[in-house]
Amino acid sequence: MSVKDQVIEIIAEQAVLEPSDVTLESTLEDLGIDSLGLVESIFAIEEAFDITVPFNANEPTESDFDISSVASIIAGIEKLVADQS
Amino acid sequence: MKRVVITGAGTINALGHNVADTLDAMKEGRCGIGPLEMRDVDRLAIKIGGQVRGFEAENLFNRQQNALYDRFTQFALVAAREAIAQSGLEFSGEMAARSGVVLGTSGGGMQTLDENYRTVYEDGKNRVHPFVVPKLMNNAAASHISMEFNLKGPSFTVATACASSNHAMSQAFQLVRYGAAPVMVTGGSESMLCFGGVKAWEGLRVMSKDACRPFSANRNGMVQGEGAGVFVFEEYEHAKARGAEILAEVVGFAMSSDASDIVMPSKQGAARAISGALADGGINRDEVGYINAHGTGTAANDKTECAAVADVFGQHADDLMISSTKSMHGHLIGGTGAVELLACIMALRDGVIAPTISYEEPDPECALDVVPNEAREAKVDVALSNAFAFGGLNAVLALRKV
Repeated sequence: MSVKDQVIEIIAEQAVLEPSDVTLESTLEDLGIDSLGLVESIFAIEEAFDITVPFNANEPTESDFDISSVASIIAGIEKLVADQS
Repeated sequence: MKRVVITGAGTINALGHNVADTLDAMKEGRCGIGPLEMRDVDRLAIKIGGQVRGFEAENLFNRQQNALYDRFTQFALVAAREAIAQSGLEFSGEMAARSGVVLGTSGGGMQTLDENYRTVYEDGKNRVHPFVVPKLMNNAAASHISMEFNLKGPSFTVATACASSNHAMSQAFQLVRYGAAPVMVTGGSESMLCFGGVKAWEGLRVMSKDACRPFSANRNGMVQGEGAGVFVFEEYEHAKARGAEILAEVVGFAMSSDASDIVMPSKQGAARAISGALADGGINRDEVGYINAHGTGTAANDKTECAAVADVFGQHADDLMISSTKSMHGHLIGGTGAVELLACIMALRDGVIAPTISYEEPDPECALDVVPNEAREAKVDVALSNAFAFGGLNAVLALRKV
């Protein structure tokens, strides 16, 4: 499974949606994922890819990790996975 | 001062997943203590406990809720749902703004602590789930009850080891009695039956390897249990006006501190709490028909408790009944007083006294009527519930038949 599909699957599970309902343009807010849901998603992503996501819940916009849409999250994860290997 | 009555009760413990099943078990003198089922049980010296069996949290709460609920929170919510359903109350507007929840717990989210210590120390992982803190905090159960039932008034958690529930219910009683809240949801919850929890208790060398036999000469220690008891304490006129069924009246309480030893109980401290509860409730000694004992089954507690009861009641100590239901459900630590209050309500309402089971040999140092092995029918007007905690912190509640 590609990074993109895995990330979408994790986000869909968190939002209690089918993966097909999660589009690349969706924001976490659109999907009904709140701040606790976000940190839980990041935890699940870190576990799935064995990476560390540089995200600080106190300063989401200052973090070196863009969570503004599903596409930006996937791009960030793809970069982290690539950097690691 | 306002009168305070109980209009709802709920529980889950080793004897049953609700009040009716628990009281049936107490009437039958059934034992809920059995072999522990948990990871690494072979590394424990103590292999018995009063575990809640057949508990399917996944059918009671959704996935997101369970991600946030430690087992002690799940127990508290199950008991609160039963109690509040029985009361028939719905919390909205001004009533919701003034009503709250006070719960007792000693260990809080011990299962969460245990699992995550294992993750980082034993498994060597460097990452834990983000909800570890909100799951393990001692006030998690009280907070989740407040959220599920819209309780927006005074809400907090009390931790006084084995007296936590009685101290919590005392605070709820005061809040309703003095008009600060029309309704308080109160009781306690504990889930310390995890590897680390049992291992810690083993260290004290006060645990029995075979049974909890309070007041019996051959007793050899306490047995841990788990679960929760939750009650709805309501101002009497409020309950009467809406035609609520009243289970019992809470008439008095007292707290005391031994100020002497971190584990050994004191007869004087216990006696001051018992006599204090009688004075607070305006209760004559000879009105008390039943005492639910702290009765842990340890040498230290049982003889100290019996001596304190004898001191306070004098001649009447021989006429009243005193039993320890810990012989059946085990010691629920911070949740124990709440589950034990059910035995007091049963004595007042149903006229049935729960027995002290596994009783085998009389002990001259515990020469009271401990209702050995079989439940008994008796008419009781006033019942007391004792709790004497490690740290010397004591709390006694007095209930009267309505």
